[in-house]
Amino acid sequence: MSDLTVEPVGPSLGAVPSTRRPGRRRRLLKNAAWYVLLSALSVIVLFPVWMILMRAISQPISYLSAGQPPRPVDPEWDVFQRAFTQGDLGRRLTTSAVVTVIITVAQVSTAVLAAYAFAFLRFPFRRTMFVVFMATLMLPIEVTLIANVETIRTFGWFNSYQGLAAPFLASAFGTFLVRQGFLGIPDDLRDAAELDGFGHLGFLWNVAIPVTRPIIASFAVISFLSAWNQYLWPRAIVTREAWDTIQIALPKFASENINELNLGFAAAIIAAVPILLILVFFQRHLIRGLTAGAVKG
Amino acid sequence: MSRSTTWRRRRQVREGGIAALFLAPSLLVFGVFFFYPIGRIVYLGFFQQNQTRTRQRYVGVEQYAEVLTGEEFTEGLRTTLEYVLLTVPAGLVLGVLLAVAANRRLRGIKVFHTIFSSTVATSVAVASIVWLVLINPTVGYFEVDWLRDPDMALFGVSLSSIWQNLGLTFIVVLAGLQAIPVELDEAATVDGMSPARRFFTVTLPLLSPTLLFLVVVLTVFAFQAFAQIDILTEGGPAGATETLVFKIFKQQQGGDVGEGSVMAVGLFAVTLLAALGQFLLLERRVHYGSDRR
Repeated sequence: MSDLTVEPVGPSLGAVPSTRRPGRRRRLLKNAAWYVLLSALSVIVLFPVWMILMRAISQPISYLSAGQPPRPVDPEWDVFQRAFTQGDLGRRLTTSAVVTVIITVAQVSTAVLAAYAFAFLRFPFRRTMFVVFMATLMLPIEVTLIANVETIRTFGWFNSYQGLAAPFLASAFGTFLVRQGFLGIPDDLRDAAELDGFGHLGFLWNVAIPVTRPIIASFAVISFLSAWNQYLWPRAIVTREAWDTIQIALPKFASENINELNLGFAAAIIAAVPILLILVFFQRHLIRGLTAGAVKG
Repeated sequence: MSRSTTWRRRRQVREGGIAALFLAPSLLVFGVFFFYPIGRIVYLGFFQQNQTRTRQRYVGVEQYAEVLTGEEFTEGLRTTLEYVLLTVPAGLVLGVLLAVAANRRLRGIKVFHTIFSSTVATSVAVASIVWLVLINPTVGYFEVDWLRDPDMALFGVSLSSIWQNLGLTFIVVLAGLQAIPVELDEAATVDGMSPARRFFTVTLPLLSPTLLFLVVVLTVFAFQAFAQIDILTEGGPAGATETLVFKIFKQQQGGDVGEGSVMAVGLFAVTLLAALGQFLLLERRVHYGSDRR
């Protein structure tokens, strides 16, 4: 399988290669200016995270009396361990992880199939069907909450994985995104695939999915994140604390330990770490060209 | 009938079968958890339930008229729309700004990409806890207690949403920017266009499908906002941050299911109208690529 992701080229491969000294100096200056700007923006974006980290590891009272500086005060590194055990975070994280994986795998599969139908297949009422799909974007769980809770009660799925995951196994969001990617596949590529004797499944598997892999990967990550971030739905259908997801457990845990807020902050950081790792791991897929490989190849 | 039309028709029938197969999984989920419940909610809106929800009494369309014109619903709707205005434009502009700044060939640019996308690693719950502290007058950095000021509370809540959405907006816009063939930009450079002109005449039109997508997504997010309100203000002060979703949840938890259902139908109608308006307004300006102009 070929890797279609285009690696970034070095700074020397600019549009107009110039070996003359003044041009190079100007380019260096320009790059330096960009670094300064990007660093300033980074500080702004990261400030809230940094602040929560300092508050988590610092001894709460010393930190307040030190005037809340952007550095740790009397750090207590065992705060993460204490938060983990006191908040039973292992259990909450496991519940969230299982539900999230189920939702992500299901959403990517169902969205790719539906997107393929909308992008490449001719069938009656295609436009109407697409509108029907997109209409679900306007039917979020918030709108249908009352009836869906009723359904879950009927199925006896309160406090269960199937109850937490069932309403989220398909995604109009993903169908839209992947379809956009499929529509970007040049007609030439489709004709070539047809000449090579690919049927629909062959074209989907060997051409459409590989070519749009960056889009599919970025949807998978988005799907993963939104599943991980679920709040309203678990709050409505989890009635036993044992089934609390990490998001539900976090504010509860923070408000139960109002005098030791550093515990709550540590728990918040622990909850964010798995997602941060996923983000770093998938960054290559998210960044650099949705159609770069197909268009140029 | 010629041979080629028969062949084409046969092919079309086969494609229809494959399409049905490919759409079926999504349609099953949408049917059970999206379309059935909207019908169910419309139905429940005609009924009044007793305290224990064991019996219901038909009260008819009057309940719709009463609830939809009532202060509870209209206030909730106003708060919801305010939240859209507070979060969507700001989020979009900031996301584009970050993405444009970070879309260049520099050594170590990936570090900045990671930083700018990092807020997607925060959940609503985490972001809410972060901003609860940031804008708290005692332990935070502002002197005014926005969350306890009815005029400022929603703005305070929106800060957490804008910040939290930044990562997602950045990722999507950057992906959109990088899907634009480098050759186009280079050609414009060779033609002597200034960077600003290149952005508005080359980049922005090609980016418009991405931006349309984002406007829709961010608006939906704003309409759905719940956790940040639940955690930051619990709807207060004096109901100032009670969005429609918050009110619906309250009814679901222990209030009047019939009334809550009418509100949900109202919320649905409004989101549908908003989305339709956005599509009609924006689709004309959207550029979907040279082969289907």
